[in-house]
Amino acid sequence: MNLDRSRSLQGTDRLARGIGLLGIGLGLYGLLAPRSVTRSLGVEGSEALVRTCGARGVVTGIGALTEDPKPALWAKAAGDILDLAALSFLLADRDHPKRGSVKLAMGMVGASAAATLYCARAQTERHAYQGGRTPDYSGRSGFPQGVAQARGAAARSGGARPAALPSPARSPGTRTPASTSRPTSTGYVRGSDYDY
Amino acid sequence: MKALCWHGKNDIRYETVPDPQIEHSRDAIVNVSSCAICGSDLHLYHHFIPGMESGDVVGHEFMGEVMEVGSDTRDLKVGDRVVVPFTITCGECDQCRRGNYSVCERSNRNKALADKVFGHGGAGLFGYSHLTGGYAGGQAEYVRVPFADQTHIKVPDSLTDEQVLFLGDIFPTGWQAAVACEIEPTDTVAIWGAGPVGQFCVRSAVLLGAEQVVVIDNVPERLAMAEAGGAITINFDEESVLGRLQELTHGKGPEKCIDAVGLESHVPRSIDSVYDRVKQAMMLESDRAHVLREMIYVCRPAGILSIPGVYGGLIDKVPMGPLMNKGLTVRTGQTHVKRWTDDLLRLIDEGQIDPSFVVTHTAGLEQGPDMYNTFRNKQDGCVKVVLKP
Repeated sequence: MNLDRSRSLQGTDRLARGIGLLGIGLGLYGLLAPRSVTRSLGVEGSEALVRTCGARGVVTGIGALTEDPKPALWAKAAGDILDLAALSFLLADRDHPKRGSVKLAMGMVGASAAATLYCARAQTERHAYQGGRTPDYSGRSGFPQGVAQARGAAARSGGARPAALPSPARSPGTRTPASTSRPTSTGYVRGSDYDY
Repeated sequence: MKALCWHGKNDIRYETVPDPQIEHSRDAIVNVSSCAICGSDLHLYHHFIPGMESGDVVGHEFMGEVMEVGSDTRDLKVGDRVVVPFTITCGECDQCRRGNYSVCERSNRNKALADKVFGHGGAGLFGYSHLTGGYAGGQAEYVRVPFADQTHIKVPDSLTDEQVLFLGDIFPTGWQAAVACEIEPTDTVAIWGAGPVGQFCVRSAVLLGAEQVVVIDNVPERLAMAEAGGAITINFDEESVLGRLQELTHGKGPEKCIDAVGLESHVPRSIDSVYDRVKQAMMLESDRAHVLREMIYVCRPAGILSIPGVYGGLIDKVPMGPLMNKGLTVRTGQTHVKRWTDDLLRLIDEGQIDPSFVVTHTAGLEQGPDMYNTFRNKQDGCVKVVLKP
């Protein structure tokens, strides 16, 4: 992969977004206008199936837009391959009245499957947890004098031992009524507009 | 100057931006020597935090040398070496006087907006959306620090950047989470998440004298690091969290539970996680609450739940019945950094703890975009990234 090191968003991240948005758009079309799809493919009566495919497209499309698009991309690629299989079944019928439309649809779904597979693979590679050898951090205790010595050290020294919980009821320091407005040591007036 | 800028989901860029200027007499400009990528920066990276604008400079863990000051920065002088807390504090408002620095009433210059979203907004934060003031962040060569007379921690030259840098966020965050647990010598403290904050929760709980500290995660090297710090580890890919916690506590459950994960919990095999992912993808909830649910379930009655992990908005299916009937106490919030840093700096100076243990990757600022990816994917054993502008 040719990466632009000055930015974190790379080509395949943008491709994932494009696939996601396109998937949502086409999915919604299938959900809302299934008859138009079945008519163009010559499979009238299969509207429920088209709606199901549309819903699948919306779900995987939304997934492709999340911070971890990999599962959705693989699912979408699998869905595209299923669609291809269904379309090829239609194409096998030499008397099918809309063979031209089916061929066009196969081309589009095939292109989508190829792009999605490429993107899923690239994303999986780029965002993979390293696996393999686990770095050895067993020496990183953070306690120069050892864990045994550290255990309870702060409590023993008393320094920071629950001196002040983040609760007004146990707050340290002098309190001043909030309504009081008076000059402070820095010359600003409490409660006034600070010019930020 | 050069800086890392946010441009949308997964899109951080290394860019040239205008140099910061002194805008107020209490401002200072800091020449950044080291900055870090925080786990909560990943919430911005994944665009879970609202209020970001394209081009915003990110980063809220940074330190460096003061190179310019306004006319009213009191004892802060040019040349001082400082760590900058991620919460900007005026030091004068009612909350600052109470020590509740993370809810400073004056430092968020977009407070009206934050008040609309949260009811009452918190302090201004560096590089963390316009809801928290829209201040430029610290993953940059230079940073303007507002209220600089208050918003700084002076550090001695005898300590390295890596030893003190985390005083600005993750060390006091882990510490506050542990202090909020009111740890007793007989306590078991269970910590979800072995990321950088989780690691400091472990060290803090050990320093505060917990009998047992248990860490739950599934990343082997992070668990190994937690174990090195004195924790018993549970890999949730390999064993039952509930079963192991029951075994470790003789069936009573841990007295104290800490959520060091926050809104992006990753537990692929749990039903509620799948449910959360679907709802989040459909924008029907913003945060994934698996860890919260598990904590409420396993915690010993009358125990304490401490939540340093960042949540941004709405969660679903919170078991409020068990929470109430078990009499659990919930403590959470952004960190009141300045409340803890004197003590923590002393612990570092005395050699009780060396926070540099957590640094696994050091790189130039120009490698920042790549490092976001490495950190996010936990590649190459990445636990904590320090960038050198």
